[in-house]
Amino acid sequence: MVFVSGHRRGTVESAMTTSIPRRFTARTQAALAVERLAAEASRRLGRGSGEMIGGKLALRVSPGALAEVGSHRRTACVSGTNGKTTTTRLLARALGTLGPVKSNSGGANMAPGVLAALSRPPFDAAAALEVDEIWLPKVAHEISPRVVLLLNISRDQLDRSNETRRIASMWRELGAELRDTTVVANVDDPLVAWAAGGWHRQVWVSAGQNWTADAMVCPQCARLLHRNDNGWWSECGLARPEPIVAVTGQREILWYGRTISARLDLPGRVNLGNAAMAAAAARELGVEVEAALAAMTGLGDVQGRYQEVALGEQGRRGRLLLAKNPAGWVEMMELLADAPPRPVVIDFNSQTADGRDPSWIWDVPFERLAGRQVLVTGGRKEDMSVRLAYAEVPHSVHASAEDAAQAANEKVVDVVANYTAFRDLLVRSSR
Amino acid sequence: MRRGSATRIALIYPELLGTYGDGGNAIVLEQRLRWRGLPAEVVNVPAGSQVPDSCDIYLLGGGEDAPQVLAADGIRQNRAIVRAVGSGAALLAVCAGYQVIGATFPSGGEIHEGLNLVDIETRRSFAPPETPPPGRAVGDIVVEPDPRLNLPTLYGYENHAGRTRRLPGAGGFPLGVVRRGIGDGEDGGSDGSGGGGGGGTDGIVDGRVVGTYLHGPVLAQNPALADLLLTWIHGDLPPLEAPQEAQVLREARRRALAGS
Ligand SMILES: [Zn+2]
Repeated sequence: MVFVSGHRRGTVESAMTTSIPRRFTARTQAALAVERLAAEASRRLGRGSGEMIGGKLALRVSPGALAEVGSHRRTACVSGTNGKTTTTRLLARALGTLGPVKSNSGGANMAPGVLAALSRPPFDAAAALEVDEIWLPKVAHEISPRVVLLLNISRDQLDRSNETRRIASMWRELGAELRDTTVVANVDDPLVAWAAGGWHRQVWVSAGQNWTADAMVCPQCARLLHRNDNGWWSECGLARPEPIVAVTGQREILWYGRTISARLDLPGRVNLGNAAMAAAAARELGVEVEAALAAMTGLGDVQGRYQEVALGEQGRRGRLLLAKNPAGWVEMMELLADAPPRPVVIDFNSQTADGRDPSWIWDVPFERLAGRQVLVTGGRKEDMSVRLAYAEVPHSVHASAEDAAQAANEKVVDVVANYTAFRDLLVRSSR
Repeated sequence: MRRGSATRIALIYPELLGTYGDGGNAIVLEQRLRWRGLPAEVVNVPAGSQVPDSCDIYLLGGGEDAPQVLAADGIRQNRAIVRAVGSGAALLAVCAGYQVIGATFPSGGEIHEGLNLVDIETRRSFAPPETPPPGRAVGDIVVEPDPRLNLPTLYGYENHAGRTRRLPGAGGFPLGVVRRGIGDGEDGGSDGSGGGGGGGTDGIVDGRVVGTYLHGPVLAQNPALADLLLTWIHGDLPPLEAPQEAQVLREARRRALAGS
């Protein structure tokens, strides 16, 4: 059977069972075969997980493949500037308590990557899908997800400017068209709250926002937003919605009127916010919160993030942290402050995938690193060095993260890297 | 040097004009004073609040369309910056801020009135209406400053859709000639070729007002420009030892951008 859409508030559907094998068009069957071949070939050649190339070819063979394999199953799409990958992984674990789950865990988060994740049996498996902010409308239109999670919108790459408001606006329009989709949205981000306000059904979550600089202007009326400890509001009437789920402490979540404790293995309050979002989405798909949180515990790293790896041959080790924009850096600052002050290696690039303009590091309060040993490397190490000099943070500059770790005063360091720097570190350390 | 009284650096509406890290210009000015033993104070002027007219240096940064219009309205209504500049304060205006200090600028499909502090105007395009507007100017920019300024090469990053030109009979002079990138785009890149660097100019220097498209932040990458602004307020400055990092960065930029 195909599940009945138009679910009502508060109802929790039992796990969907599908006895009739799905019938795909011949075109899509061919596309799925092509996807499998391409992915396998790509893996054999050692070119990553093959999600991108396989999915791309399959979409060329059958442009409708995504709709065919993606609709009529329990899917959730996760989007936002920061935290997509982690939240998707947490959600996948929660959904795993009900049965098999598909997920684009390799991080390929555009249409081809989503298709690759959905293109293997069982075709009625639930799916937790990370989707790029810009690609969300395209993907969601095809697969009509049961739930969409909107985490946050902030500046990411400065050379793709003028995007925060545009993304919010795209998301708002999308919601108006997805009649049967519930949006789980972060009330602490005004852009997200405004975007989600246009959907047919919302679950409001207070997941926190410690970076407000990109949401100072009302997305609805372009006047300045007002803020205090209780939230934000605008003269046009737009205001922070009342959340039904909220992160209220380091290990505490307010959950539909009661307080529950939550202990994650992932560090930091930011990840508790991600978990709250994931749990709220899992609830919409039939998972009790206790089961969801229990399944999330035990996840210690996400694609190498928070993982400790060997750095070089001399027994040095580093915990890998990703910070690719000001909002992400502020999160990492909080996380670093939670732990004993290790030396910090900053690995900073400005390749195309990072954004070519490194100016944003001047918005990061690097003064907070004072008192730690700081070591700098990466393609734009000189820019970072100037930033730290003006922040009066003593530091040294090194040719590589491995060299930096070697020069550190302790055997274990924290490494904060932006996108390509992180990717390269992960590849080097897993050789 | 005025003993005892700190140099006041006003960072105007950082929530609106802070998209591209230009708040760093305030940090650079403050520290270059403090490292010389001169007292300095950064005055944050949040959007919606009164702009003081008692500061020594005013900073306007880059921002997106809607915030730019909000900022321009706010600054125009209280004329503090205009009064302050009239009585000797210095002003550095970057990108959206640079457009705002001119006569008019485009935003959201309309032409808005600027501060009229310098004789420039900005449009999406100055090409005839039937030609498509040029692409957004995004990328590294290198400017050879006007010899009168006695400054070394300026390095930065630009990101703007508008093209800027001097009005007939304009006062002051362009900040410099674009060696790489688009800048104002008058001659170099306004044809939409995107190549730029064809001898067009960037920015304006008029009295103690400097306008430019350079982010970076511009004063972090070009400390000599920071010191020029400070000299306008202080006269001769004591020598500065630190930091060597800025020189290393400039050498890295020079190498990275050489040959293009
Ligand atoms: Zn409003």
